[in-house]
Amino acid sequence: MKQSVSKKKNIVHFLLIFLICIITFVYLIPLFFIVHTSFKPWVHIRDYPPKILFKPTITSYIRIFTSRTPLPPGRAFSEEEVFNMKWYERLIYKDTNEEIVRKGDFPRRYLNSIIVVIGSTLTTIIIGTLAAYGFSRGKLKGKDDWLFFILTTRMLPPVVVVIPVFLMFRALNLTDTHIGLILLYTAFNVSFAVWVMKGFIDEIPIEYEEAAMVDGYTRFQVFRKIVVPQATTGIAATSVFCFIYAWNEYAFAFILSRKYAQTVPAWLPYQMGVLGYDWGAAAGGTFLFLLPAMIFTIILRKHLVRGITFGAIRK
Amino acid sequence: MAGVKLISLTKTFGDVTAVNDMNIEIKDKEFFVLLGPTGAGKTTTLRLVAGLEKQDKGEVFLDNISVNDFTPALRDVAFVFQYYTLYPHYTVRQNLEFPLKSKLRSFTKSEIKKKVSEVSRILHIEHLLERETVNLSGGEMQRVALGRAMVRTPKVFLMDEPLSNLDAKLREEMRRELSRLHFDLGSTFFYVTHDQVEAMTMGDRIAVLNEGRMLQIGTPDEIYNSPKNVFVAKFVGSPAINLFKSAIEKDTLIIGKKEMVLGIFEKHRNVLKKYNKKNIILGIRPEDIEISREKQKVNSFKCAVYFSQSMGAEDILNLKIDNINFRAIAPPKYMIKLGETVYANINISRSHLFDSETEECIA
Repeated sequence: MKQSVSKKKNIVHFLLIFLICIITFVYLIPLFFIVHTSFKPWVHIRDYPPKILFKPTITSYIRIFTSRTPLPPGRAFSEEEVFNMKWYERLIYKDTNEEIVRKGDFPRRYLNSIIVVIGSTLTTIIIGTLAAYGFSRGKLKGKDDWLFFILTTRMLPPVVVVIPVFLMFRALNLTDTHIGLILLYTAFNVSFAVWVMKGFIDEIPIEYEEAAMVDGYTRFQVFRKIVVPQATTGIAATSVFCFIYAWNEYAFAFILSRKYAQTVPAWLPYQMGVLGYDWGAAAGGTFLFLLPAMIFTIILRKHLVRGITFGAIRK
Repeated sequence: MAGVKLISLTKTFGDVTAVNDMNIEIKDKEFFVLLGPTGAGKTTTLRLVAGLEKQDKGEVFLDNISVNDFTPALRDVAFVFQYYTLYPHYTVRQNLEFPLKSKLRSFTKSEIKKKVSEVSRILHIEHLLERETVNLSGGEMQRVALGRAMVRTPKVFLMDEPLSNLDAKLREEMRRELSRLHFDLGSTFFYVTHDQVEAMTMGDRIAVLNEGRMLQIGTPDEIYNSPKNVFVAKFVGSPAINLFKSAIEKDTLIIGKKEMVLGIFEKHRNVLKKYNKKNIILGIRPEDIEISREKQKVNSFKCAVYFSQSMGAEDILNLKIDNINFRAIAPPKYMIKLGETVYANINISRSHLFDSETEECIA
């Protein structure tokens, strides 16, 4: 009897894993396709049906990092010139018959993305956690109404306000600045952060804080030493969501940043070369763009999965 | 070390008056117990002393200094909570160090280390120091919580039912431990409990509370042997005191329809004169009713044993005369069986008499 139950359990377990594998596989096909394309040589990128096996090359990655110009017809480098080229110049020349003019805009855009995302996530978390703490513990008049008001800012599809925001930003000279995008993403994420963090802080028994206050700490010290460490799970979860939102945001980045503060999503679609749209470079850029979000989520995974399993207060 | 003084302390939550005009003076080095049922305002009183709540009226003095406007941190008291509240993200050692690391106190690292090891030696928790608090047993958690209160030698120890989450055996052990600590540390303890055994065994003085009001304050002996009113008499003592509605006629107390007629104790006669023909409440503790198989001279009544509860050292007999139920304590050697008829001999000199309207003690 016991054995058959455990056998049944095993089968269910196996089926679940099988199902998860299928779902994961379906979700990963586009990602695989991007990585696959990014390593294709130029000539094979447009092949249909797509070539599965080929000799991988990193020229797509060189292209995303450089600005190039095609050689005029009939012009070719001599053998000696080719020999004197840097390795990546030679690769590009052999692959697409182009000459590298200068380094590309990709690193600059990438840095912009990182600045904007870190800036907005940090601000969101700080404001969100403090506000959530206030909402959770404070005796604010009309607390529920305020919370609902904060929630309503999320009911509007953000794109609807693109034009008013654009006009506001122009008046305030915030277009194409890092600070502008940071403020904007913070504004969008903070309501979400307040709600999520309030849930987590509500779970922390207030006795901990009272104990710490009696132990000789001010309210803010208590917040820092007792509340924040116990809310790490919530902070991790909220940061992941804020990070991903700001990292992927396209519409506002596209309209509000042109050059100086342009982020990767706003820039990536413009991989137009003289030879047509450069799918390889776009795929390479996309893959590099995906990496930080993946790494960030993996680092915080422990906190996301662990959940709040504290229990030193016995109730 | 310091005394605590509460002057007409009042605190209301909405319509509920949790603490009503409380006046208490706790002496230095005293083990003072606040005793009362759930919702009596004991914990609120303690929180007012700690500064975790703000009183509506009245004043709190610690060491003769008014601390009304002090934050909890500045009051320099230690609070032991009912739910031990050990910080879950710290180890036992970090928990013990936490109060010492406050910016209010400037201890060096070696001083902190010394104090922590001293306290953990006293509480026998040295072997737990590097453990996570989450994995401790109830008794261990309670010791750590006590240790966190002790490390910084506060003015007063405030304890909010610290033993109520322990099992019976451990609770008894910790009661002894707390008495020992109080003796060794020589500090002021302000202890809240709903358990009268804790109050009686540990307290130097007890204050009995109900519905935010203080009903009586005194030594355990005073509280037990001369309760000021019915509530105190009922609340303290286990098994509970027997209370009879009785009428006074001349020099006798009549219970029920003359099922029991008792001669009044000589010393009570004068007081009871004005209650002639009136009703009063008679209280007799179960141990003041003696059981015998033969009828004795005075105040001896024939009754049936309804059921009995054996406590090992003594039996609690539930007795019945017609419609009157009461309890008495008998030594187990009597071997009294259910349904048996025995005689209950009431020691009227140990009786407590209360006014039936005010429920205050009259004799």
